[in-house]
Amino acid sequence: MSALTDRLDAIRGEGRSALIGYLPVGFPTVERSVRAMVAMVDAGVDIVEVGLPYSDPVMDGPTIQVAAERALQGGTHIVDAFTAVRAVTQAGAPAVVMSYYNPMLQYGLERFAQDLVVAGGSGAITPDLTPDAAGGWLAAARARDLDTIFLVAPSSTRERLHLTVAETTGFVYAASLMGVTGERTSVGAGAERLVAATRAAGAPRVCVGLGVSTGEHAADVARFADGVIVGSALVRCLLDHDDEDAALDALRSKTEELARGVRRRT
Amino acid sequence: MTSVLSGAAGPYFGAFGGRFVPEALVAALDELTDAYNKAKHDPAFGEELARLARDYTGRPSIVTEVPRFARHCGGARVFLKREDLNHTGSHKINNVLGQALLTKRIGKTRVIAETGAGQHGVASATAAALMDLECTVYMGEEDTERQALNVARMRLLGATVVPVTTGSRTLRDAINEAYRDWVANVETTNYVFGTAAGPHPFPEMVRDFQCVIGQEAREQMVALGGLPDAVLACVGGGSNAIGIFDAFLDDAGVRLIGCEAAGDGVETGKHAAAISGGRPGVLHGAMSYVLQDTDGQTQPSHSISAGLDYPGVGPQHAWLADMGRAEYWPVTDSEAMEAFRLLSRTEGILPAIESAHALAGAVKLGRELGSGATLLVNLSGRGDKDVGSAARYFHLLDEESSQ
Repeated sequence: MSALTDRLDAIRGEGRSALIGYLPVGFPTVERSVRAMVAMVDAGVDIVEVGLPYSDPVMDGPTIQVAAERALQGGTHIVDAFTAVRAVTQAGAPAVVMSYYNPMLQYGLERFAQDLVVAGGSGAITPDLTPDAAGGWLAAARARDLDTIFLVAPSSTRERLHLTVAETTGFVYAASLMGVTGERTSVGAGAERLVAATRAAGAPRVCVGLGVSTGEHAADVARFADGVIVGSALVRCLLDHDDEDAALDALRSKTEELARGVRRRT
Repeated sequence: MTSVLSGAAGPYFGAFGGRFVPEALVAALDELTDAYNKAKHDPAFGEELARLARDYTGRPSIVTEVPRFARHCGGARVFLKREDLNHTGSHKINNVLGQALLTKRIGKTRVIAETGAGQHGVASATAAALMDLECTVYMGEEDTERQALNVARMRLLGATVVPVTTGSRTLRDAINEAYRDWVANVETTNYVFGTAAGPHPFPEMVRDFQCVIGQEAREQMVALGGLPDAVLACVGGGSNAIGIFDAFLDDAGVRLIGCEAAGDGVETGKHAAAISGGRPGVLHGAMSYVLQDTDGQTQPSHSISAGLDYPGVGPQHAWLADMGRAEYWPVTDSEAMEAFRLLSRTEGILPAIESAHALAGAVKLGRELGSGATLLVNLSGRGDKDVGSAARYFHLLDEESSQ
C-alpha cells in the first residue's frame, strides 16, 4: 500500500471523496508553483498531481497548454518536479507526478522512478502511455512500489478496461468525457457509467477528471467516485493573477469551494 | 529473391514505431487497424482504389529522363518519378483517397487532417469533396502565411481551415491540435494522417497507400533498361520516400537515399533533419528519431520547406537508417533552392521545394558516381505553391509587383 492508497482509503472511511488538485511545476516560476501547491494543500486539497510541462501536450486544452508553454520558456526542468513532490509531501499530502511519456523516457525510466521515490512521491499518471505500451515504466515502478496510474475513457472497451485496471495501482483515472483538459459548464454524463464499468472490471479506486471546475461539479462527481480531479480551474487562478498574493488568494478560495463540494452530502 | 523488408508490418519496425497515445484514442486506432486489415484483403476495396488512381489521380505517373539537369549531376542519367503530375499536384492524393475510402467504410462522416505545406490539406479537402465528407484542416499559422494560396484552395474545396496559433505555429502544432479535435470528436470523425509516422496503423497504412509510387517506378525503370543505382526522395515525415523505397527495399544493389531538410545546416541547430541531428524518442504516438533537448522536450525545427519542417520522422525510416539499408543525407535550404532553380531552368519543371531536396541529393550523388550511374528521383510535388517563396528567395519580384 502506498501513501496514496492509504490516504484514499482513509478519506473513503470519512464517507467522502478525495479532492485531487493539479498544477504544473514551473508556472509561473518553479518557486511560485511550489508555493501554490503547498497553499492548495493547506486549503483542502488531499492529493497533489505535480504536472511536468511538455512541449506537445495533446491531452491538454488551452489553459494548461499556456501554463506549460510558459513554464518551459522559463526554463523548467524535469528535476523541478521532484522538488515540488518533496515540498508537497512535506506539507502532508501524497504527491503523484503527471507526465507525458517522452520526458520520462529521456530522463531514464529507472532514474525517473528512483528520483521520484527519493522525493517521497507515490507514483505517476501517464496520459499518453497505456499499460500495453508501458513495459519499461511498469518494471521500474513495480520494483519501487510506485503507483502506476493509467487512464480509462468513455471509449474504452470492456477488454481495455480489464487490461488497464489490471496494471493500475493507486487509482484509475477516469476521463469524464471524450476531450482534452479544460473547464466546462457540466461534467460529462458518461462519467458515472464509466466509473461503474471500471469498478465492474475490478478497480478498487476510481477518480474522475476532465472538466471538473466548480464545487457543484465536485459534489456531483463525489456521489460516485473515490476522488475528484481538478486541473484547469486551479491553473486558471494562477493565469488570471500576475500578483502572487492575489493568485494564491484565488487559488485558496477555489480550493475551498471544491473541498466543500467533495464533502457535501447529496 | 524473397521479400524481407518490402511491406514490413507494424506496429513495430525494429525498436521503432508502436503506439503511445491517450487511452481515449485506442479504440479508434483499433477500429481503423481492423478496417484497414479487412479492406486490404477485400478485392472490392483494391479495385475501387485502383479505379480512383487511374481515373481521378491520373496514375500511373510517368517517369521523365532529365538530361539537361543531369549534366550538373556528374553526367549520371537522372530519371524523375512524376508525382507532381498527379491531380492536386503531389503524392499526397495517393494516401488520402485510401484513407477517405476507409472513412466511408467505418461509417464516419467527418475527416480532419494536419498540413504543413498544404499539400496534404489540399489532397484531404479534395478527397472529402469527392466523397461527400466534412473536412477540417489544421495548419500552423506560420504555414498559413507561407502557403496562403493553398489555404484558399482548401477553402474553395469546401474545407474549414483552422490556423493553429500555439507553440511553434507549424506542422507539429497542427498535429497536436488535430489530435485534440480527434479525442473530442472520435465518434464521427476519422483522422486522415498525412505521413508515414504517428501511431500504428498509420506508418504501415500510409506506406501501403503510397507504395504504388515505387511499384510503378520499378517496372518503368526495368522497362527503360534496368534498376537504378540509387533512388532518392525527400524526407519530412517520410511518406513519399517510403512510398518509392518500398518496392526497392529487397533490391540489395539499389541505394536508397532519403534527403532530410538541413535548414541552415545541421551544425547550426536550425534544421529539420531528425535522423541526421536527432535521437530516439516518442513524438506524436510513435518511437522514432526526434529533435529534442535533454529533457525530451521537442525542439523547433527549421526549413525553408513547410512540408519538411517537422522535428520527427516515420518509424520505418528510423529502422532503415539503423540497419543501414537506407542512407539519410542532410540537404540545406540553399542546396535545395539551387536544385530548385536548376531543374526549373534546365528542364522547364518547377519542383516543390520539398522535392528539390531530393534533387539536390541527386546532384551530389551524381557527382560522386559519375557518368555510368542511373539515379531515380521522386519528384513528389510541383512547385506552383512555392512560386511566391521562391520568387522572394531569388529576389525576382519587381519593386512595383511586390507591393
